[in-house]
Amino acid sequence: MEVMVSSESRGPALLALSDGSVFRGCRLGARADRVGLVVFNTSMTGYEEMLTDPSYGGQILVPTYPLIGNYGINLKDAQSKQIQVKGFVVRDDCDAPSHPHSEMTIHEYLEMNGIPGVSGVDTRAITRRIRSAGVMMGAIVPGDDETTATAALQAAQWYGDQNWVDEVATEDEFEWHGDGTDGTRPATELLIRSQRAGTVTEDNTRDRPLRIAVIDFGVKWNILRNMMARNCVVRVFPCDVTAAEVKAFNPDGIVLSPGPGDPAVLDVPVETIRELSDLDGDGRNSIPTLGICLGHQLIARALGADTFMLHFGHRGGNQPVQDLRTGRVYVTAQNHGYAVDPNKLPDRTGVSVTHINLNDNTVAGLADQPHGIMAIQFHPEASPGPHDSEMIFDQFVASIRQGSSTR
Amino acid sequence: MPRNENLKKVLVIGSGPIVIGQAAEFDYAGTQACKSLREEGVEVVLVNSNPATIMTDEDVADRVYIEPLTVPVVQRIIEREKPDGILGTLGGQTGLNLTVELEEAGALDDVEVMGTKTESIRKAEDRELFASFMEEIGEPISYGIAVTTIEDAENAAEEIGYPVVVRPAYTLGGTGGGVANNIEELHEIVDSGLAASLVGQVLIEKSLLGWKEIEYEVMRDSAGNVITVCNMENFDPMGVHTGDSIVVAPSQTLTDKDYQRLRTAALHIIDGLKIEGGCNVQFAYRPGREVGEQLGEGSRYDDDGPMYYVIEVNPRVSRSSALASKATGYPIARVAAKVALGLRLDEISNVVTGKTRAAFEPALDYCVAKIPRWPFDKFGSGDRSLGTQMKATGEVMAIDRSFEAALMKAVRSLEDGKRSLRWEDPEWRDRELSDAELAGDDLRLWKLAFKLRTGTSPEDLTLKTGIDVWFTRVLARIVGMERKLRESEYLSSELLRGAKRLGLSDEDIAEFADVGLAERVREMRRELGIVPVYKMVDTCAGEFEALTPYFYSTYEEENEAEPIGVDSALVIGSGPIRIGQGIEFDYCSVHAAWALQNEGIRAVMINSNPETVSTDFDTSDRLYFEPLDDESVRDIIDNEMGVGATPSNGAVPPNIVVQFGGQTAINLSQSLNAAGMQDMVLGSDPDVIDNATDRGRFELMAATNGLPLPPGGTATNTVTALALAENLGYPLLVRPSYVLGGRAMEIVDGPRELERYFDRALKAVPGQTILIDRYFQGIEVEVDAVCDGEDVLIPGVMQHIERAGVHSGDSFAVYPAIWLTGEEVETIVDYTRRIGQMLNVRGLMNIQYVITGGGTYRSNAADPGRTQSEVRESETYIIEVNPRSSRTIPFISKVTGIPMIRIATQVMLGKRLRDLEWGTGLMPRRDLVAVKAPVFSMSKLTSVDTFLGPEMKSTGEVMGIDRSYVPAVTKALIASSHSINPGDSVLLSIADSAKPDASGLIRILGDNGHPIYATSGTARFVRSLGYEVTEVERLLSATGSNVVTVINDGTVQAVVNVPTGGRDAEQDGFYIRRAAVERRIPCFTSIDTARCAVEAAYALQTAGDANGGLSVMTLSEYVNG
Repeated sequence: MEVMVSSESRGPALLALSDGSVFRGCRLGARADRVGLVVFNTSMTGYEEMLTDPSYGGQILVPTYPLIGNYGINLKDAQSKQIQVKGFVVRDDCDAPSHPHSEMTIHEYLEMNGIPGVSGVDTRAITRRIRSAGVMMGAIVPGDDETTATAALQAAQWYGDQNWVDEVATEDEFEWHGDGTDGTRPATELLIRSQRAGTVTEDNTRDRPLRIAVIDFGVKWNILRNMMARNCVVRVFPCDVTAAEVKAFNPDGIVLSPGPGDPAVLDVPVETIRELSDLDGDGRNSIPTLGICLGHQLIARALGADTFMLHFGHRGGNQPVQDLRTGRVYVTAQNHGYAVDPNKLPDRTGVSVTHINLNDNTVAGLADQPHGIMAIQFHPEASPGPHDSEMIFDQFVASIRQGSSTR
Repeated sequence: MPRNENLKKVLVIGSGPIVIGQAAEFDYAGTQACKSLREEGVEVVLVNSNPATIMTDEDVADRVYIEPLTVPVVQRIIEREKPDGILGTLGGQTGLNLTVELEEAGALDDVEVMGTKTESIRKAEDRELFASFMEEIGEPISYGIAVTTIEDAENAAEEIGYPVVVRPAYTLGGTGGGVANNIEELHEIVDSGLAASLVGQVLIEKSLLGWKEIEYEVMRDSAGNVITVCNMENFDPMGVHTGDSIVVAPSQTLTDKDYQRLRTAALHIIDGLKIEGGCNVQFAYRPGREVGEQLGEGSRYDDDGPMYYVIEVNPRVSRSSALASKATGYPIARVAAKVALGLRLDEISNVVTGKTRAAFEPALDYCVAKIPRWPFDKFGSGDRSLGTQMKATGEVMAIDRSFEAALMKAVRSLEDGKRSLRWEDPEWRDRELSDAELAGDDLRLWKLAFKLRTGTSPEDLTLKTGIDVWFTRVLARIVGMERKLRESEYLSSELLRGAKRLGLSDEDIAEFADVGLAERVREMRRELGIVPVYKMVDTCAGEFEALTPYFYSTYEEENEAEPIGVDSALVIGSGPIRIGQGIEFDYCSVHAAWALQNEGIRAVMINSNPETVSTDFDTSDRLYFEPLDDESVRDIIDNEMGVGATPSNGAVPPNIVVQFGGQTAINLSQSLNAAGMQDMVLGSDPDVIDNATDRGRFELMAATNGLPLPPGGTATNTVTALALAENLGYPLLVRPSYVLGGRAMEIVDGPRELERYFDRALKAVPGQTILIDRYFQGIEVEVDAVCDGEDVLIPGVMQHIERAGVHSGDSFAVYPAIWLTGEEVETIVDYTRRIGQMLNVRGLMNIQYVITGGGTYRSNAADPGRTQSEVRESETYIIEVNPRSSRTIPFISKVTGIPMIRIATQVMLGKRLRDLEWGTGLMPRRDLVAVKAPVFSMSKLTSVDTFLGPEMKSTGEVMGIDRSYVPAVTKALIASSHSINPGDSVLLSIADSAKPDASGLIRILGDNGHPIYATSGTARFVRSLGYEVTEVERLLSATGSNVVTVINDGTVQAVVNVPTGGRDAEQDGFYIRRAAVERRIPCFTSIDTARCAVEAAYALQTAGDANGGLSVMTLSEYVNG
């Protein structure tokens, strides 16, 4: 009955926080030192998606749910080609997972990707500390000597001062042909849901395919899959692409992806957005644009607004967002540490806050109608998280089709 | 959408008596809903037939009706109150069905049906409408065919292919359903299913045995906003009713894709149904790798076809929603009530955080385990197998940061004597446990652990049971720790900590590591600093600061529950609902918390039952959701004193209240005593309990004080017993000395039966002491009293309809004691005072008396209060004294208006009765008569004998209240489904010894023209009285009609079957009783109840009264009017 490899046998490891606290546990994943911004996520499922979400670049992720790895790693749910977090800290990791698609344990996956973690720590205590003091830097080291961790922390640069997008986003443009999962059940389900919304028809050929340019700041594959399921041709561009290069693709619409870090350090994309959306013009030359998360923040900057760092961010699959135009509330997945300052929104005709986060009334969505801009702070692509706001993609596609038919 | 201002007055429908499938969770939901509505300024009118509920308290609703839940009665309440709206979705299936029936009767034409509309209810509840609706919205349901006859059922099963699942439409707790593997089984299940269905319809569908069973608790408001409160995964795969399954929240083996797939489907369904409020959606989901491979094509994860099937939609709050509320902290019923008023989820605040809104989804940072509590400790002969028909009476829940620890704590919370997962049936060691024995029954968890201990792999168990390998590995990890403890040379700090983190109890560790007593492990833990910390249930996984002080223990680092400080008291709750310890004790615990708060003392509640009001987050100042055993309670006491503190180094020991949590709390007081903590216990000293329950001590004290007990003695072998019996004279009441609550208690009529009893008892527990008492046939009287050591306060005297010998919990109890003479009442009051003084009771006590002389049944339903001229020399004997709260406390408090718990609490805190406002002695009687009637769940428990004796069998109670006895008892009979209508045909089968007693009953039946059917001996007796009778063949083998066929074919509408005393249950008598239960017709095993029911049918003065002689009034109108 030797199904379990005890996590203790991997030896000790610890997480040191910049406030001086130390959390000791067992080593998880690679035997390596790593420094990052320590953040918590309250989703109860979806650790594989979270680990591979490029928006976690530069961060040490602490899931608040204590039992991680129960259903193993299947490599089908990944949102990018590798683990993106700097480190992973859990209450308990499962070394004998159960799921028909499971291919390896969480430990093996982290090890394979060279990412260190700590298991067996009081993650709720860490969460409460971050909740009251705000996000802070932390260091994971193997062993039980915290001095190396403290030294590493002292030497580390503050998360917000670094450009993490460069580390996680694509360097070359490419056309998305799927990652081999199209034709699978989840892909079919995406299609069924967009049929339910009336965005595509069953044979999917009524309308010509739309051309969508995605600017990658750390895109999740499910965004690409969602566009593809809506009869779109999807081309992904690096974050420093010029407006001219995008226009050369002749896109019907543009998606500005999520990504990691402080939007204030990204100036080039802001300029690109201004140009693509023709913000200085009357909108006749604007290309319809959907901004998600970091993409939303960059749009806000392009419109002249400011962003600020949240105390400890919004990370989880249970964030209520209200559409101010309809009053409807959607439960959304969120993953961001910065937000748009509503007080510094420019007084431009047609620019409005469309969504708010009901927990703290922060801005969760913006629109610049004349310039065809929809921007949202939450994740309609889910993965992990609820599908409730998937209709954002439908709205975006519908608005493009409507625009092109009236144009 | 702001709240609907037209709804100023709302009628809330309760769920009635506790039965299997519909328990305390609806008191919790209803209470929360009433509070929630009143917060919004709504006047709440409440109707429920169950007096043992918090919701029927006058400070919960504005106007409380304790009346039968029938259409005519509720119609009259509607006419009287003219409510603007009616809320039926919080009263379980009863409330839902009643709402639908009221609408169909046209009673709701001027009343708005609040929350989910009846059209939606029908769509969710009617199998055919449901199937076509699901097809319409494209959600897969397993292929099913609705049938109303056995022939159609056969054809349907043929078409679908065996095995098939049979589900009756419109029932409680899956009554009457089952899985049929062949045509014979199909017949049996469809027969009972058609009888159980209120509309005579069952559904035949594809069997999904072995698939995962997953539930979602979801909410929707009238604007269409939808959220998921919680999802839950059943440890037991499809095939076992979810109410009988071990359940974990949140799901453990689903990926985010799996989770969201089902979540989206659940929300899609409630949106389609236009639910307004809470809803429960159950799914069957593709099994794990091992089970999928075994089930083959169509069940493997990647096979074509639906990933899930929608199994059931409950368009109301439910047992699962109570569990989800307690598991997450999200108050579903509170929010559902506000949604029913028209509020949107985003307009309702999350009272847990005080900052966020109800429009969000709880995030858990812990794991919750629920285990059902089954009644098989009471019903040893019952069929223990679990299927689609729920059998559990209650449940326990435990929270921890791992599933292992949560499960182990839940096991400890069960309080069924097994205590720990290490329990094994000694028989299992002697033989191979067959695979069939691993199929669902109440012992499966222990059997699985046993198999792992004896070398079976978790993967093997998964293949044998269909339980996901993740769960069997959890058990393997626990068993692995047991082995480590056994094999290690000494108990290291590391090993001890590891064992505690996996949830092993001190007792387990002491046994496995062989270190002596649990106390030794406790000492080691204290020395090594291995103590639990307490973490908060906050709905948001720590993301926001929470206001609700709701805690669970875990072995981790940070403690969030700092001592609450002086002026506080721990209230020990009563654990899971079980037969003998029901919702009444939760009522008491809740009132104890409120009473303490009234006195300026902060109440700290400890309980393990998720269904109850006591575990609602705002009932007490602090809630510990923990097992009610030694270890957990003492850990909490330590935590409240502060880490490392003891009374000797100046810590303030908390006060502890043990009188209100039934036997659970009383048992704990004994161990607190042993641990030297007796000074912390408020009220009566723990040794008062010893004095009251230790036979020898009590006898001595009683004799010294001149208080009469039935003559008796003790014996440890048959020879002594027979000799003693010779002296005492038969009949005798015999019971083991250590068993409480009527277990294993019997009445024996002669030496043969006595011998047989001893053989059995001594075989079960060799050498045990058996108490033997003279059994007096007389009127049983029951008294609850508060005593301050000197004075007593008696709110009223209750008498039973059934003679002594039927457990008090199964008896009809009448307030006031209308059959007693003034002298008899005086004697009772005098004895009660003297017992209280003698034992030095401080707080509550419950005493049962028997009054002999003057027969066992004095009234023929005449006026209350008349004295009986035929009463000659009556003698009063004390049968039992319990220095604690009792089952009748809610009843007597309500009908007398005397708040017993509040007064008892004041006394326990040191006040004197004579200084309080209520006075002392017997309180003046109110101008009303109230009858408490038992309610049984026998139709759910196959193979259980229904005859009433000294062992309690009922699961719940109802109350009939009116100005006089006859209408009161009539209401009690109606509400408890015991009533007999004029003209009903009655089957009689009465033991010889009881025949003389039955003559009165037979005369009333005969004189009023009831067709009488009887077995041969009884038929002769009926004829001898000069009445006509149809003789019925007793033997089932007889051709033509027999005792069972006349029941099954509807020839008779009621049965009176009085078996001979003792356990010599005649087989045919058993079949008669079971047949009546299955057919849902009244079956009386006591002549007294039968006579009472028949008399009531004729005594009611209905002439010229459109209301049939029954009043409909609020409780306070009865009590104060």
